[in-house]
Amino acid sequence: MSGPIYGLMAEFEDPTALVEATRRAREEGFTKLDAYSPYPIEALTEALDIHDRKLPAVVLGGGILGGRAGFALCYWCSVIEYPLNVGGKPFNSVPAFIVPTFETTILFAAFAAVLGMLGLNGLPMPYHPVFNAPRFALASRDRFFLCIEAKDPKFDHDDTWAFLTKLGPRVVMDVEE
Amino acid sequence: MADGTPNPAAEKPATPHGAILAPGYSFTTLTDKLASIALSRRTPRAWFFGAAVGFLLTMVLLGTITAIVFRGVGLFGVNVPVGWGFDILNFVWWIGIGHAGTLISAILLLLRQPWRNSINRFAEAMTIFAVSCAGLYPLLHTGRPWMDYWLLPYPNSMGMWPNFRSPLVWDVFAVSTYATVSLLFWYVGMIPDLATLRDRAKKLWAKLLYGMLAMGWRGSARHWQRYETASLLLAGLATPLVISVHTVVSFDFAAGIVPGWHATIFPPYFVAGAIYAGFAMVLTLAIPLRKIYGLEDFITLKHLDNMAKITLATSLIVAYGYGVEAFMAYYSGNVYERYMIWNRMNGPYHYMYWALIFCNVIAPQVLWFRKVRRNIPALFCMAMIVNVGMWLERYVIIVVSLSRDFLPSSWGMYHGTRFDWSMFLGTIGLFIALLFLFIRVLPMISIFEMRAILPEAKVREEEA
Repeated sequence: MSGPIYGLMAEFEDPTALVEATRRAREEGFTKLDAYSPYPIEALTEALDIHDRKLPAVVLGGGILGGRAGFALCYWCSVIEYPLNVGGKPFNSVPAFIVPTFETTILFAAFAAVLGMLGLNGLPMPYHPVFNAPRFALASRDRFFLCIEAKDPKFDHDDTWAFLTKLGPRVVMDVEE
Repeated sequence: MADGTPNPAAEKPATPHGAILAPGYSFTTLTDKLASIALSRRTPRAWFFGAAVGFLLTMVLLGTITAIVFRGVGLFGVNVPVGWGFDILNFVWWIGIGHAGTLISAILLLLRQPWRNSINRFAEAMTIFAVSCAGLYPLLHTGRPWMDYWLLPYPNSMGMWPNFRSPLVWDVFAVSTYATVSLLFWYVGMIPDLATLRDRAKKLWAKLLYGMLAMGWRGSARHWQRYETASLLLAGLATPLVISVHTVVSFDFAAGIVPGWHATIFPPYFVAGAIYAGFAMVLTLAIPLRKIYGLEDFITLKHLDNMAKITLATSLIVAYGYGVEAFMAYYSGNVYERYMIWNRMNGPYHYMYWALIFCNVIAPQVLWFRKVRRNIPALFCMAMIVNVGMWLERYVIIVVSLSRDFLPSSWGMYHGTRFDWSMFLGTIGLFIALLFLFIRVLPMISIFEMRAILPEAKVREEEA
């Protein structure tokens, strides 16, 4: 081993093995761990006990802000800043303002969804230690990885290595920091 | 398979009836085959041909735009009484085509239709390119395209603001939101596949390009969970958005008083027509693409069959719209409304109306037959007929209605000039050019969503 390590990574060949290994690692008491897969696996979310409900709240916030901003724009332009009598219609023509309001609601909510997802995931992230694992490029192709991080209180290089080996991976490897 | 990628199709039986993916693929072979299209495979000769056609026609577009900017919008055939001609009808036609992409990517995702997984990516790309083509028309039609920023609300020295009661301003909001959200949805959908391309790329420039675009995606379970939430929420947002866009486009007409425009049926009728036109365009693109790139394993007969069924269903809704237009004209007892429908059927443009009825009402009825839905040349011809039919529909609605409104003294005829036609051809070229560029450099089939529908992707619960 050359430098400090980020954690230990085990490679599995199919999703069932990864979900099973993740469950056993959680039962063993590891808390700082993450699983990597080439497509979303719902059972993995349960196995890792991920309960993140921030994103829907962010999107709701974006939508509410967008709706208010859109209506405020229509109202401010048509009633306050530039009241223009068009065919005797009221300055505050609410039914007509629904369309721009609706569109800005969707626009802000969509931006909140995308930027919220990226932000909460910490992306863009040009460098991450897991990419140092020699075979990690396969995580975007056909392989499944479980990484137990060195900052886990239960982490001990040799014990954790032995534990991961018991789970029946293809290979266990060090992930350098 | 001249490219040397593993081809499981060689040693396995044909795709079973009704399958949405040929058997015999694993994560490895599927990923390699789909990623190789952008990365390592030799570019098919058909690609160069298509890209060349697209490029040449794009030059025609640039020439036309230059002429319009230098000489003025008078080069288009529009004048009193037909102030909206090819420019607005092509705008509506292109916007409508875009709608199928959003329908496939958003509505079919919410309805949990896994067959969408192989066609959603290029359908979304089609949406963005179609909206780009559509946007050019109203921008040039303003006559002073260099002042188009006046459409936006911004503080200016004239102290003026847009009139938010006008459907034309609604259009600016609806179309720009639609373009932006479609682009976001498309890009977010591509991030995991860009990571695959980054990891599979051998050339430095490809590693750099895909690496930057993938933003460091590493397939973490925590990321996937938020990613899936974001996709669902975006789909939920895009669904009402896509309905609103063509509704707002139809308001451009329905809020006017011209007979033939002023109808409450317009919003649903326009939305159905948009989906109808869009699915025809997806078929028009999917059929040659699966052939050129040998993607029959991923875009199977089942996909074509399903799309043909949606085309048929929406054609019936559109036909109902034509029926209601005629019935309301009769039932209103209004002489102008009645004359409008008489004029469509018997007036100087009657051949357009009857061609439209043939293309959109009579011809699609052949799609009731399974044999036709699964006959690829027949389906391609049908899709082309629909493309033409929907163009004629907008011609009839816009030009024919305007050419004879209330006062016979103000009637007139309209024909597109060569600039109208070259602009239309040019946008088709821009569409083709963008599409071929996209196919060459980006994953045109969603790789990670295809992995998820492989049999081996299922987690076996009893063992886990």
